[in-house]
Amino acid sequence: MLKDKIKAENLNLYYGEHHALKDVSMNMKEQAITALIGPSGCGKSTFLKTLNRMNDLIPSVKIDGSITINEENIYDPRVDVTLLRKKVGMVFQQPNPFPMSIYDNITYGPKIHGIKSKERLDEIVEKSLKGAALWEEVKDRLKKPALGMSGGQQQRLCIARALSVEPEVLLMDEPTSALDPISTLKIEDLMEELKQKYTVVIVTHNMQQAARISDYTAFFLNGEVIEFGETNQIFSMPKKPETEDYITGRFG
Amino acid sequence: MESRVFEDNKKVLGKNTVENATVIRNDSIFQKKVRVKDGIAQALINICASFSILLLVGITAYVFYHGIGVIDWQFLSTTPSFINDTFGIAGNIVNTLYLIIITLLIVTPIGVGAAIYLNEYARPGKIVKIIEFTTETLSGIPSIIFGLFGMVVFGSLFGYSIIAGAITLALMVLPLITRNTQEALKTVPDSYRIGALGMGAEKWYLIRTILLPSAMPGIVTGVVLAIGRIVGESAALLFTAGSAQTLPFFGQYGEGLIEKIGQPGGSLTIQLYLSMSNAEYEQAFGIATILLIVVFIINYVTKLVAKKLQTE
Amino acid sequence: MARMNFTNDMRELKHELAEMGGMAEEAIEKVIRALKNKNPDLATSVIHGDRALNDMERTIESHCLELMLKQQPVAKDLRSVSTALKVVTDMERIGDHAADIAELALRSNNIEELSNNQDILQMAKEAQEMVRDAVEAFILLDLERAKEIMKRDDVIDQLFDKAKTDVIEFAKNDRSKVDLAIDIMMITKYLERIGDHAVNICEWTEFQTTGSVKHVRLL
Repeated sequence: MLKDKIKAENLNLYYGEHHALKDVSMNMKEQAITALIGPSGCGKSTFLKTLNRMNDLIPSVKIDGSITINEENIYDPRVDVTLLRKKVGMVFQQPNPFPMSIYDNITYGPKIHGIKSKERLDEIVEKSLKGAALWEEVKDRLKKPALGMSGGQQQRLCIARALSVEPEVLLMDEPTSALDPISTLKIEDLMEELKQKYTVVIVTHNMQQAARISDYTAFFLNGEVIEFGETNQIFSMPKKPETEDYITGRFG
Repeated sequence: MESRVFEDNKKVLGKNTVENATVIRNDSIFQKKVRVKDGIAQALINICASFSILLLVGITAYVFYHGIGVIDWQFLSTTPSFINDTFGIAGNIVNTLYLIIITLLIVTPIGVGAAIYLNEYARPGKIVKIIEFTTETLSGIPSIIFGLFGMVVFGSLFGYSIIAGAITLALMVLPLITRNTQEALKTVPDSYRIGALGMGAEKWYLIRTILLPSAMPGIVTGVVLAIGRIVGESAALLFTAGSAQTLPFFGQYGEGLIEKIGQPGGSLTIQLYLSMSNAEYEQAFGIATILLIVVFIINYVTKLVAKKLQTE
Repeated sequence: MARMNFTNDMRELKHELAEMGGMAEEAIEKVIRALKNKNPDLATSVIHGDRALNDMERTIESHCLELMLKQQPVAKDLRSVSTALKVVTDMERIGDHAADIAELALRSNNIEELSNNQDILQMAKEAQEMVRDAVEAFILLDLERAKEIMKRDDVIDQLFDKAKTDVIEFAKNDRSKVDLAIDIMMITKYLERIGDHAVNICEWTEFQTTGSVKHVRLL
């Protein structure tokens, strides 16, 4: 039985007057991929962002309830957000490598956290790129600008960058929606490997993708978790009619 | 059966081809229409373009024609001497360099800092709007007003001096630096910010490692434009930095170079103004030629630097 | 509502399944009538009808595969399509067995005896009803009814056992009737198989509504 890594309990989030997450409670397991699905504006991305407090960047956000990672409440005032984000890495919808070399992109995170030794950084670069299945493709051009890579490579670079600080949780916000189908499949394969070591939470609009790669699926609608369970169950015998309507495309 | 259908199709196709070749359809794209307005507009635009180019080339050529003969080594390397009755602009060149460097030393950190504050820290709202409006207004004020203000405030503080002139110029070019930096920061994609913050970077770290390097072309453009304004300015300097033509003394340890900052010094444009007032038109054209060359060099360097930074 | 075309395709599939179910039902009904009335033309028409049933099976299979390819159905849609793929096999088999009976009746020298054999007629009635009810339960996705029909398999099995005993009885007494005994055995066996296929249809009905067959989760 897999251990619960992240627990959200009665999480409510408001953007000003707008109640964006309503009483969300769900546990995400270690070494598993949890997919968040639902129509646009249902709160799935918002929920993902609460897991490493990226919502802090938006003014007028109010949160109550709790999210714990390793039994520590990440909204506790004592939390150092820098350490939290080291533990909980994030990959975004648009590949966003920094305008610097491949090498510098990977070492960016470790440097934030005070790693300076050249050998140590070299090691991290190799390990992270291997972890993101990119090493073989770029090992001879580590000093080349990252922006010269293809979209799929850029996204894997972003995954490598996220891995560089040895996180425990990996959040992915529609990581393949800007990529071509082949790159998408490469990243999906990669995710299968990543879940051996990390707790992966992914937001996706692609239901086939959720069905293919995830172990657990949560269906969000209007800020609520309508149904949360094993992916096989959700995609074969959903319990709620709203879920059924959504996954079979009879929605709206 | 199948082959007959095929034959029929061929017949139909054949008929269409023939029709196309002989009769022009109502909705054909072959009919050419003469568009008069477009032609006139094109001609007018060409005339305007030619006129402005001619004007520029004409003025430059005229200045060079009259000025190039005046320039020699003595003109560039000496200061005016009443004893020898010679003229030279070495002092003015050095003063101009002083003004450029000191002004930039003052204005760049302030301007870039202000831009970072406006773009990265301040919450978008009324205060930012007011500051932006003020900066814009500042850049529209005639330079003689800066001169007046500089004379009254900094002049009375430091006397006629390079420093008084530099601070006055700094006020004048501050909007240039701020605006350009701000524009450059605005073009840095938000995804960089989110990416870096998402990795646990602190704001200042993000600014230092990603935003400023990305905004560098914009900052450099602002700086070079500022240099252009400094070189070309006269009204704001006449009553602040003064019109001294002397070179700085080196002193025993080079302290004279520092002391110069507190001493008056006329820039090239000031000297140009003075020469004109004295009806020394040859000198004036000589200085004008040097100024033009300096402006050309600055423009060229800007493009070079911007291009180099862009490709990096 | 989104996905109108897909919804229409699924409705179309359902129509085709109902039609095919009707054809299977008709095949049994006809073959029994042919047997009772000793009508060779009717029997021949059942054999011809089997070809139509085979074609229908191919058509539905091809529609299902196309839906899977193009629409990637999930949840209830996936269950509907996969059930359709399985159910057509059972319906087609029912048609096959009806045709087998028709062929046997046409060739048999004992048509007189077969036409009023009580074991056959009773089993035939039971099998026909089971098929009719099973197809109806499947089309209406009536789980309760399907479960009830599955239980009726025991009835038909008992009838088959009884037929077997009867046949052994008269074959023992009269060696000249071995030929007839084999005919009866074959026909009742076909009818028993038809009952099994009706039960299968009910099982797929259960799968389509619950995702499980006999408490084993398939999906």
